[in-house]
Amino acid sequence: MTNRMNRFIFSLFFLLFYSTTSQAALEIDVTEGNLRPMPIAITTVIDRQNEQLGLGLDITKVIASDLAGSGLFYPINPKAFLDEVNSVDRSPNFNSWRVINAEALFTAELVYDNERYRINYKLWDTFTEKSLEANYLVFSKSKWRNVAHMIADTIYTRLTDEKGYFDTQIAFIAESGPKTERIKRLAIMDQDGQNAVLLTSGRDLVLTPRFSPNGKELVYLSYRNGQPQVYIYDIQSKQTYVVGTFPGITFAPRFSPDGKKIIMSLQEGVGSNLFEMDLSNFDRKRLTNTSDINTAPSYSPDSSNIVFESDKSGTQQLYVMDANGNNVRRISFGTGSYSTPVWSPRGDYIAFTKISKGRFMIGVMFTDGSGERIITDGFHNEGPTWAPNGRVLMFFRESPGEDGGPMIYSVDITGYNERKIETPGYASDPSWSALMN
Amino acid sequence: MVYKKALNLSVTFLLIFILTGCSSTRKNVEQILFGGGNNNEAEIVSNAIPGSSQDFTVNVGDRVFFATNSTSLDDDAKAILERQASWLELYPEISIIVEGHADERGTREYNIALSAKRADIAVAYLESLGIAGDRVETVPYGKERPVAACSSEACWSQNRRAVSVVIIE
Repeated sequence: MTNRMNRFIFSLFFLLFYSTTSQAALEIDVTEGNLRPMPIAITTVIDRQNEQLGLGLDITKVIASDLAGSGLFYPINPKAFLDEVNSVDRSPNFNSWRVINAEALFTAELVYDNERYRINYKLWDTFTEKSLEANYLVFSKSKWRNVAHMIADTIYTRLTDEKGYFDTQIAFIAESGPKTERIKRLAIMDQDGQNAVLLTSGRDLVLTPRFSPNGKELVYLSYRNGQPQVYIYDIQSKQTYVVGTFPGITFAPRFSPDGKKIIMSLQEGVGSNLFEMDLSNFDRKRLTNTSDINTAPSYSPDSSNIVFESDKSGTQQLYVMDANGNNVRRISFGTGSYSTPVWSPRGDYIAFTKISKGRFMIGVMFTDGSGERIITDGFHNEGPTWAPNGRVLMFFRESPGEDGGPMIYSVDITGYNERKIETPGYASDPSWSALMN
Repeated sequence: MVYKKALNLSVTFLLIFILTGCSSTRKNVEQILFGGGNNNEAEIVSNAIPGSSQDFTVNVGDRVFFATNSTSLDDDAKAILERQASWLELYPEISIIVEGHADERGTREYNIALSAKRADIAVAYLESLGIAGDRVETVPYGKERPVAACSSEACWSQNRRAVSVVIIE
């Protein structure tokens, strides 16, 4: 009996395996919560000209860390490797990689030439024994982290059929000092928490940075002149300028998908309304005109629609309107209030903060308001931002009490693989950039 | 209730004294009104220089409070703003900044808008009592400047506030 059963299970397994591999050699479905990450062998980047294995090993570690951090891959411990890779040009001994269950194999070598580095790399499917990617990148040493992230993005793309998100940055607010006298600084870091740089001194209260689509500027709120006003910070030149002069307080700024306009709230007497400002001539266009709080706008990626929050119903709820302000329709109808809507770069979902029964949650819904799903729930979760591939979110979570403060977390839109981003101190208001290179 | 009546009375007395130009005897009147220096409050009162921001904070009351997500003024808030208006009438050279604040139980940008509305509503009430609009500015701080740091209603109720800050030039 057991023999027949075993044979049956084996053939079932074979069929299953065969059918998945016949469609696409190796593919992970990133839309499902992935409980079994794909085992991948990431061999150390060969670095013949540097006996210490310095740069090659550093690059290897970043690639492995990116892929493991996505929750979709399981980099196999190099101690389990049965074979050594001495050259990227020779075909690997696939059997020795299949034996340790590696479904994919990454090999690379570093060549140093005239103060430039060149990394040649390959990605293999160990079962079909085919090369999925063979490429190279030339770079200066200071860019080694970007190169590692770009290679990790390529591996992610080849194995998931989705764009990657590793070669990206996060703009955020670095917080220090006691809760009643919190010092806040504008800051940026790599997506993995490395290379954090403080951009402002902390003298002025600053809030809610958002990346421009090309990653070169931040739009944010500053109390530099006493009143909160919207400013743009140029990352390369470190220059700041105010976005137009309004007869009141401006806040909640975001770039349009083409980077040519800013949408924001203007507080005017009893209400806050949404305006769009053209950065080429500072012309402004009113989009809402009510005595309610209309704020937290976000464009759809094709710029045709804007989602925002309004308390016109009595509590904060989400509304979508045409980009010219017409055709306002409510999309959130669950219990509690909804705020900080952010349209996914893929266009499929809207992420939001939901407040219900004194708890603060992060969730996603389809753009018509259907299919609401809560991703995390607790004392205080706020302010989601999308990875450029629309599959991962970051948000901040504030701990309660006198010594409480915020930290930034990332999570799959499935709710799996929640991770804290290591920052030098408290951190809030994350904004995820587009791919940098 | 008795306290509130006493405060209203004090405003009335102060007005009378300014109108009759007897500001030098104001201290004595305050001592009568607040119990003649037999407690700490009266001592502070007598030490605050009339027309100073300390005088305003201690003797008038610099802040009003709001219910959760609310921007409406209750009777206590109105009474304080009435006293602020009376005091501002005594010192026409003084202007104020009204800071709006919210508790930590809201999202950041909504709280900025909410606190702006709170400050504006406090200012509108002051203006309805005759204070000129050009003497009053507002700054919304959202949830960024709590005075009480605990994460319970005891603190949140202190943080949902509009605070009038005296500017002496």
